[in-house]
Amino acid sequence: MITDIKENKMTLNTIIFQTPVLTSNTLIEIKNLSVFYGKSCAIKNVSFNIKEKVITALIGPSGCGKSTLLRCLNRMNDLIENVRITGTISIGGQDIYAKEVDVIELRKKVGMVFQKSNPFPKSIYDNVAYGLRIRGVNNKSTLNEVVEESLRAAALWDEVKDRLHANAMGLSGGQQQRLCIARAIAIKPEIILMDEPASALDPIATARVEELILSLKENYTIVIVTHNMQQAARISDYTAFFYLGELVEYDTTKKIFLNPKEKRTEDYVTGRFG
Amino acid sequence: MSDRTTNATIMNLLPKDRKLSSRFWTLMTGLSVLLICATIAIIILNIFVNGWDYFSWRFISTIPKNNFFEPETAGILPIIIGTTLKVFLMTVFGVPVGVITAIYLSEYASYNSHSTRLIRSAVNNLAGVPSIVFGLFGLGFFINFVGQNLDDLMGYSEPVWGKPALIWASMTLAVMTMPVVIVATEEAIRAIPRGEREASYALGATKLQTIKNIVLPRALPGIMTGMILAISRAAGEVAPIIFTGVAYFMADLPHKLTDQFLDLGFHVFVLSTQSPDIEKTKQMLYATVMVLLILTVSLSLIAVLIRMRIRKKLRSMSA
Repeated sequence: MITDIKENKMTLNTIIFQTPVLTSNTLIEIKNLSVFYGKSCAIKNVSFNIKEKVITALIGPSGCGKSTLLRCLNRMNDLIENVRITGTISIGGQDIYAKEVDVIELRKKVGMVFQKSNPFPKSIYDNVAYGLRIRGVNNKSTLNEVVEESLRAAALWDEVKDRLHANAMGLSGGQQQRLCIARAIAIKPEIILMDEPASALDPIATARVEELILSLKENYTIVIVTHNMQQAARISDYTAFFYLGELVEYDTTKKIFLNPKEKRTEDYVTGRFG
Repeated sequence: MSDRTTNATIMNLLPKDRKLSSRFWTLMTGLSVLLICATIAIIILNIFVNGWDYFSWRFISTIPKNNFFEPETAGILPIIIGTTLKVFLMTVFGVPVGVITAIYLSEYASYNSHSTRLIRSAVNNLAGVPSIVFGLFGLGFFINFVGQNLDDLMGYSEPVWGKPALIWASMTLAVMTMPVVIVATEEAIRAIPRGEREASYALGATKLQTIKNIVLPRALPGIMTGMILAISRAAGEVAPIIFTGVAYFMADLPHKLTDQFLDLGFHVFVLSTQSPDIEKTKQMLYATVMVLLILTVSLSLIAVLIRMRIRKKLRSMSA
């Protein structure tokens, strides 16, 4: 047991951490956020700020509320009955739960990639074009352009360029997940939320998706939920550790993994519980 | 040595008396299947053997001039057309309403609210109502209420809408078969993975767009299943149409929705109870039943084929 922890610490030491641009601006401001499902409280009074154009990882054991928090950021929780949210979330200064906010416009700005890849049973092309088409974009050359651009950005173009009109369900798991990322960036969001995007993939596919996520950092602000400590350590600039609905610690990833302030954080990232 | 004997008792894999009862139940279940298959085979065989000799192209393509009990001149073309029209109109009236109801129940209404549960149990109870009651409902509601009020509104002195007609019979059948469509559609919608819906919403789609682009195409095979069940039930139903639209005899085909029509199921009833000479019309009766069976099967078969094409398209769109 003790050697395990030492080993874990050692593998963490070998990781080259991301060096975040400390000057980047705050994009998402979360203040006193609490979320209730019926009577049970999933998130308890959480406040922290997420910076622009960095990768922020949300980690913590199952049921700690990290996915719930993620789904608050594009108001996917609106789809579930009996959810009550208090506190505020502002993106770029705009309270996204304000009455006048159009949730459709919000989701256009805040894209999402899910744990289980969920391409539509349509062609690869139609999948990527979906977000544009529902906005009434039907111009063929515009669509072609965006589809190619998005697939290239998602590092999938070379693999699928000869079969754009084949069913997306025929792709491998890793390709499907990259297609979902391409679909999300086709509508040019500001923020991309990722809910354990690589948890169902094999190590090679995971590596490709991680590479892709890192390359997206240049243009997008990314918030990622992950169960994989190594993954959080490898790709994120900032890490927030949640436990039982509370934010335990939030800092640069390097600090969280190598020099956490809280005992609970250290226990979790070294694999002592969780 | 003693070790071996204990091992042998532990690993006793020899058959026990369990085997006997297992065999008995295998036999019983097999017999039940056989009984059902045999019953169906006997019915179909009996009908085809007795009806085949009389069945001819002349019989199914003739419009009888006056006496439809006369085996030499009788024909059932208007009856086949009447039945087909009835089923077709029933589908046109019933399926869209059923599908929209199912969409409301699964997409708009909250799953466990009182009103949803009330609607759902009403739908289920509707499926258990005897068909003659639907016939009386059609007479009371469609003809006496809707039809007569339409006539009053239009100022007709003679009843045009307020009498038995093809449209009212079809609508009565549509009401009767609607529960099947609703249940089948709702089940198909519920089977759609949540992920696909969420993906659509996360891309900024509205509810209507998600229903149109994701939910409906996926539910189409299920909707078709409901339609097939509705068609096969409606094709043979007589009770709901006796009061609402079927005619005893017409020398002509129906031309308007407000015309009456002839129906195979009802014609079978007429032939077997009103014939002046049962022995003479017996062959004709069998042939008519045969046509009814073939028509019912082919109407559902068309729907099955369409469903197969849709399924194929959904599964593999790969070029």
